[in-house]
Amino acid sequence: MDRQNNVLEYLDNIVDICPDKTAYANETDELTFRTVYDNARAIGTFLYDEGKYKEPVVVFMRKHPDTIVAFLGVVYGGCYYVPIDNEMPRHRIELIFQNLKPGAVICDETTIESVKEFDYNGAVYSYDKIINTPVNQSALEEIRDKALDTDPIYIVFTSGSTGKPKGVVACHRSVIDYIETLSEVLEISEDTVFGNQTPLYVDACLKEIYPTLKFGAKTYIIPKELFMFPIKLVEFLNQYKINTVCWVVPALTLISGLGALEKIVPEYLHTVAFGSEVFPIKQYNMWRKALPNAKFINLYGPTEATGMSCYFIVDREFALDDAIPIGKPFKNTEILLLNDDNKLAQKGEQGEICIRGTSLTLGYYNDFEKTNEVFVQNPLNTIYPELIYRTGDIGKLNERGELVFVSRKDYQIKHMGHRIELGEIEMVMNQMEGIQSASCIFDNDKKKIIMYYVGDVTKADAVNYCREKLPRYMVPNLVEKLDVMPLTSNGKINRLALKEMYANR
Amino acid sequence: MEALLEILGELHPEIDFETNDRLIDDKILDSFDIITVIAEINDEYDVAIPAHEITPENFNSAKALYELIERLLDED
Repeated sequence: MDRQNNVLEYLDNIVDICPDKTAYANETDELTFRTVYDNARAIGTFLYDEGKYKEPVVVFMRKHPDTIVAFLGVVYGGCYYVPIDNEMPRHRIELIFQNLKPGAVICDETTIESVKEFDYNGAVYSYDKIINTPVNQSALEEIRDKALDTDPIYIVFTSGSTGKPKGVVACHRSVIDYIETLSEVLEISEDTVFGNQTPLYVDACLKEIYPTLKFGAKTYIIPKELFMFPIKLVEFLNQYKINTVCWVVPALTLISGLGALEKIVPEYLHTVAFGSEVFPIKQYNMWRKALPNAKFINLYGPTEATGMSCYFIVDREFALDDAIPIGKPFKNTEILLLNDDNKLAQKGEQGEICIRGTSLTLGYYNDFEKTNEVFVQNPLNTIYPELIYRTGDIGKLNERGELVFVSRKDYQIKHMGHRIELGEIEMVMNQMEGIQSASCIFDNDKKKIIMYYVGDVTKADAVNYCREKLPRYMVPNLVEKLDVMPLTSNGKINRLALKEMYANR
Repeated sequence: MEALLEILGELHPEIDFETNDRLIDDKILDSFDIITVIAEINDEYDVAIPAHEITPENFNSAKALYELIERLLDED
């Protein structure tokens, strides 16, 4: 094959090899590669007819195989997809729209009514209608001919410290780079059956979407409700013979922690990739015992470097107070551990994890300032322009030379598989009528967000307000009202005092 | 039952748990809540809810959940 420059070449190629095989499915619907190809090209043609080109197209659909087709259709049209979801609170969607100023939104029947309530005057397209557009082959060829591998294909929004979500823009090149090397590590093949857990509006779902196209594999989208009922969840894995999962750690510990593995084993599962948080060794051991022959892989990486950047294939036993390393970078990616002097950290010394390579995304959409803060010139290179991404994560090399994650540099935390800036929660809360001051701390042991506030508001109202304005995973797990907020000598909220208060409560 | 209502009330102050019997059907409880509730029940009642009892039926109302706790306590 010629050098690949476009993610759609995966689909163009596979549709000739196994057109009638199922690509994406859930418990009721199945889409073959042929259907994915035809419908995505119809959408691409439709966007062309509408004059939409090289611009963001919001995909506002439920979690369903069709949603993936819409993503690919947007790329066929030479645009880039921006997934949003009904799970996101209205306030967050509004902030995203303000940043994006989109001219087109693709909806399904579950969202087409709610989009009318947005402060949005652009075009609204119904997925079910636009997939009937007759394909215009020459138009699609024209779009493809003009496409560069540095053109964007998606924007996903992550939590921002100023309260504004940041839209990370990724291009063909970085996604191809990621998919090629990830597939090698996970040993994906046409026999792979993925069980997708992560939402389709985060970059985590790249792991299933594109390898499925590359190899003619199959992806089942697991209903979200099953992640409450561990036995039912494992039954689903067995029913559909799922053999590969790339899940956030809390989804795995839901099964092990609640004792499900003692009753039922996911019998087809041979590859378990996990990330987003540290996998507690006690939980990991339960999985290892249940699946002694499976391959377990720890993945680490920021959205800003296209999905995952590092991996560690678990090859030995760990003590209960140990952490599984994040290992080493994927091929064609380098990790620089930079200390406070912007020099390479020595073995054992802590440093900020910085990423170098094609896997870097293009930066934040419509926000040069934020982009320039973290996508910076490699300080080790004073000779020509070269960007690195500063993750804000602290890491070190262990005595085996493996990379180990230590902590977050700032107030960004990882909670239930999501990256959260505590400042964003505070900013939202501080906007509530009657709130004087709100501050959050994170209990890392119990994985709880605790919010303290001062104001003339009941706890119930404060929680309700959070639920209205914030995604579920950002809603504090515990809310406490205070008479006064403890302050430091220079007038800042004293988070240490709050932590003590919490510890002594 | 009081202690259970308190556990649930902390998570969702806006819900009347004495009457609501569609906690799962109406998607009021999510997976975060289920895990929290199971842990708190363990602390409060010293009873571990086995995996096969973590079903939509047992979590659909405070009443059903309390019956489950009592049943598990009896089995001990």
